[in-house]
Amino acid sequence: MLKGRHLVDPQDFSIQELESIFELTQEIINKPEDFNSICHGKILSTLFYEPSTRTRFSFEAAMLRLGGGVIGFSEPGSSSVAKGESLADTLRTVAAYADIIAMRHPNEGAPKHGIKYCPVPLINGGDGGHQHPTQTLTDLFTILESKGRLDNLTIGCCGDLKFGRTVHSLIKAMSRYENVKFILVSPKELQVPDYIRTEILEQRNIQFQEVERLEEVIDQMDILYMTRVQKERFFNEADYVRLKDSYIVDLKKLKDAKEDLAILHPLPRVNEIAIEVDDDPRAWYFRQVKNGMFVRMGLILKLLGVK
Amino acid sequence: MLNITSIKKGLVIDHIRPGMGLKIFEYLKLGKADFTVALIMNATSNKMGRKDIIKIEDVIDVDFAMLGFLDANITVNVIEDEVNTEKINLSLPERVQDIIKCKNPRCITTVERDITHKFVLLDQEKGIYKCEYCDHIYSWEG
Repeated sequence: MLKGRHLVDPQDFSIQELESIFELTQEIINKPEDFNSICHGKILSTLFYEPSTRTRFSFEAAMLRLGGGVIGFSEPGSSSVAKGESLADTLRTVAAYADIIAMRHPNEGAPKHGIKYCPVPLINGGDGGHQHPTQTLTDLFTILESKGRLDNLTIGCCGDLKFGRTVHSLIKAMSRYENVKFILVSPKELQVPDYIRTEILEQRNIQFQEVERLEEVIDQMDILYMTRVQKERFFNEADYVRLKDSYIVDLKKLKDAKEDLAILHPLPRVNEIAIEVDDDPRAWYFRQVKNGMFVRMGLILKLLGVK
Repeated sequence: MLNITSIKKGLVIDHIRPGMGLKIFEYLKLGKADFTVALIMNATSNKMGRKDIIKIEDVIDVDFAMLGFLDANITVNVIEDEVNTEKINLSLPERVQDIIKCKNPRCITTVERDITHKFVLLDQEKGIYKCEYCDHIYSWEG
């Protein structure tokens, strides 16, 4: 039963609960007209303490497409937060007006703290470099759509794996399925944080390898999850020059990849996926971005108990 | 050698890592005690080279798990009639609240007022904890 629940961490929901969201999402995709007024009279509040285009728009579009209303802020300067209000008080206040809240916050663990004060469902829309569970729902749904399964997969994650919260959430969520292996491709400075390695990969005996170059391992992957590597994240210029091309997918690298590889990216993309890849059938990232809205529609319906 | 007389009834907290004695003394609020207490710092130790010791001339209620968190290597001896009657082995507590703070500069605990600092034990052997909010790893080894 998902009614009234919060979503803070991708592991908050059981595999069965995730399946129920994905089934509903598929129903919405198949027949969106059946859902276009189902949330009439309900309000979603979007509290975005830092900028976002995709996540905020997809939440708002999701609620509007369900026939509900949206209130919120897209930067804290325009709210009482600027006057020094605590997160706890903001959530208590907003929960008095809205039926469900989606929040993005720069501080890690903010939603975990916030749920103690929030009597309506609170959805984590990203907390610092920590977790981004609705992106994970989107990623899982897209993997399911492209592969027809969530188990027995080799998943490559490439780019900034240290600060990339979408990768952390994806590893957490996918590590619950049978026979999933990870190939983690990043410069040494940007490897996954210790808690992901210790608590998730090592403790659960999940097979993983950490490498520096994508071209060495791309042929083994069923899924390639790309993220952006920013120049300023490198500790020195020499490493950046040496490695920068390793984190760009182009048609040349894809020659070695499986024919049914699915390339995902949480977007925005800068140059880590060459434009020439967009027309390749292995490019799933624009499909993924649309799925983001549909999955959030499914999630909102489940948490509100409407469906 | 400095001589501190033995106690009749109470606790001897021994093998404290040098420098940690004062922290434990403060945690147990022994500065406000109305019974005899002794904090010995940098005593010679065959096992450790140097160590701190606390002697408490009273039966006080001590959270041994929390003491274990402050220094897992210490031993606690229970004294009755000047005789060591029990040796308590310490283990790390499953949860720690408001004793340490998260070192992650992006953690919500660094900005939110009146927030409880909470940690959960991940690895008893290695003494590894994680912040309950941001999952940042905390260990005594740093």
